[in-house]
Amino acid sequence: METKNAILVKNLSKRFGDFTAVNAITFEVKKGEIFGFLGANGAGKTTAMKMLIGISKPSEGTATVAGFDVKTQSEAVKKSIGYMSQRFTLYDDLTIKENIAFFGGIYGLSNEKIKEKTALLIDELGLHDKASNLVRSLPLGWKQKVAFSVALLHEPKIVFLDEPTGGVDPITRRQFWEMIYREANKGTTIFVTTHYMDEAEYCDRVSIMVEGKIEALDSPKKLKKQFKVDSMNEVFLKLARNIE
Amino acid sequence: MGISLHHISKSFKSVTALKDISFDVKSGELFGLIGPDGAGKTTLFRVLTTLLLADEGTASVAGMDVVTDYKAIRNSVGYMPGRFSLYHDLTVEENLNFFATIFNTTLEENYDLIKEIYVQIEPFKNRRAGKLSGGMKQKLALCCALIHKPKVLFLDEPTTGVDPVSRKEFWEMLKRLQQKDITMLVSTAYMDEASLCDRVALIQDGTILEIDTPQRIIEKFPRTIYNVKASETYRLLKDLEKYEATHSVYPFGEFLHFTSKDAAFTSEELIQFLEQEHHTEIEVSEAIPTIEDSFMTLSKEHSNNGN
Repeated sequence: METKNAILVKNLSKRFGDFTAVNAITFEVKKGEIFGFLGANGAGKTTAMKMLIGISKPSEGTATVAGFDVKTQSEAVKKSIGYMSQRFTLYDDLTIKENIAFFGGIYGLSNEKIKEKTALLIDELGLHDKASNLVRSLPLGWKQKVAFSVALLHEPKIVFLDEPTGGVDPITRRQFWEMIYREANKGTTIFVTTHYMDEAEYCDRVSIMVEGKIEALDSPKKLKKQFKVDSMNEVFLKLARNIE
Repeated sequence: MGISLHHISKSFKSVTALKDISFDVKSGELFGLIGPDGAGKTTLFRVLTTLLLADEGTASVAGMDVVTDYKAIRNSVGYMPGRFSLYHDLTVEENLNFFATIFNTTLEENYDLIKEIYVQIEPFKNRRAGKLSGGMKQKLALCCALIHKPKVLFLDEPTTGVDPVSRKEFWEMLKRLQQKDITMLVSTAYMDEASLCDRVALIQDGTILEIDTPQRIIEKFPRTIYNVKASETYRLLKDLEKYEATHSVYPFGEFLHFTSKDAAFTSEELIQFLEQEHHTEIEVSEAIPTIEDSFMTLSKEHSNNGN
């Protein structure tokens, strides 16, 4: 089934008891788009993302990811997406090569394919002298770059990145975004959360969640115009002020 | 009588966490330690709070030596570690009373100091600390670190993973604390927070790259930075990376920041090059450097020097 939307969300809600974490959100993400999913701590970003990657059941509403319904086809959703977060990335006590082989195996890649991918990935990242080192010994920025490549091993149509650059040094943070650009250029859809507002500017479109609802959604340029400010940081401060 | 470090070094097995670090924080100063994850910030905090012995060098806090006067230091400094370290199964009020008792004081005695922060969490004083939101945990941790009226306050990455709104509020809180004669050493990986400090040390790989006021660090930036924009950002970046006149090019918000190797370089040359490469909607203008520009330049020089 060919559509031009990678993600289609309609009135999606999630309730925990009488607390509504996500409140009837509606949006779509186009194929090949870099979509920034922003919001203050506790605004409901993580809960929404969990529903989209098929690990949390919506209370109401529908969401289609890569053409599959997150409620009824969550296994198919999981197979067609990549996911990485700041917290869970790679196994510290395995080497880079072992991590690639491990995750390649999980995603059902053949041994031959794993070999080919390993060579390619190590080449692209310029990690020849470090490929047999334990992941633990890598600086955080490098770990995140490897984790991103690993999330792409099975050539998913959509990648979800949950605060991938928190605490990463400024140069590596930019190299990471170059990887994102390159991947989006190949047609992969990128769904990313961040607390760095300069990174919000790199997105094609950005949504801002406030107390479970999407309060703004547009290109950074149009959002800045709409709120009559010069940066995404100011847009964010205007919208998300006084919530706690 | 703020903080003073002389040639402090510390290694863990094969990793050198701190290499010959020396600097002073003046009494009453709000001093920022700015650097990415793994730069050595936490190790430095642990040395200064007497939790870790340095391999070499000496340091003093509020006029007291970190080795010989460690007990006195512990009584007169507040420390908010990067990881939430309060008791999850005690309530807000119990945590505060616990820390007050340890320091032989009471909540009432120093209420003035924490009042402004505490009123924000007071409605939840019977809630267990583990059940608080991130922002509230942070406020409680700050109250606990202040309960004994410390002379020096150490804050290790208080804003990591915190959204821009809460970050702004937190810094406003620190600014107000500064009025009450508390010396503060704050670490952060967010470069934009440097401008909120009186002085900062930029740190990477256990080495100080630069120490100065944020303003002077920016003024010392050695090149002209151009904001560059065109309709296809990724192709623009790739083309500029290949351009022979390029010294550096980095994505920077809605623009790319470009600097040239050539001191006599003009924006006309840049526009000409981009037109040759068939870019459209080209915008080029001079940009004001930021701490992040300085950090990247210094860190690149540092690694080029074989470190």
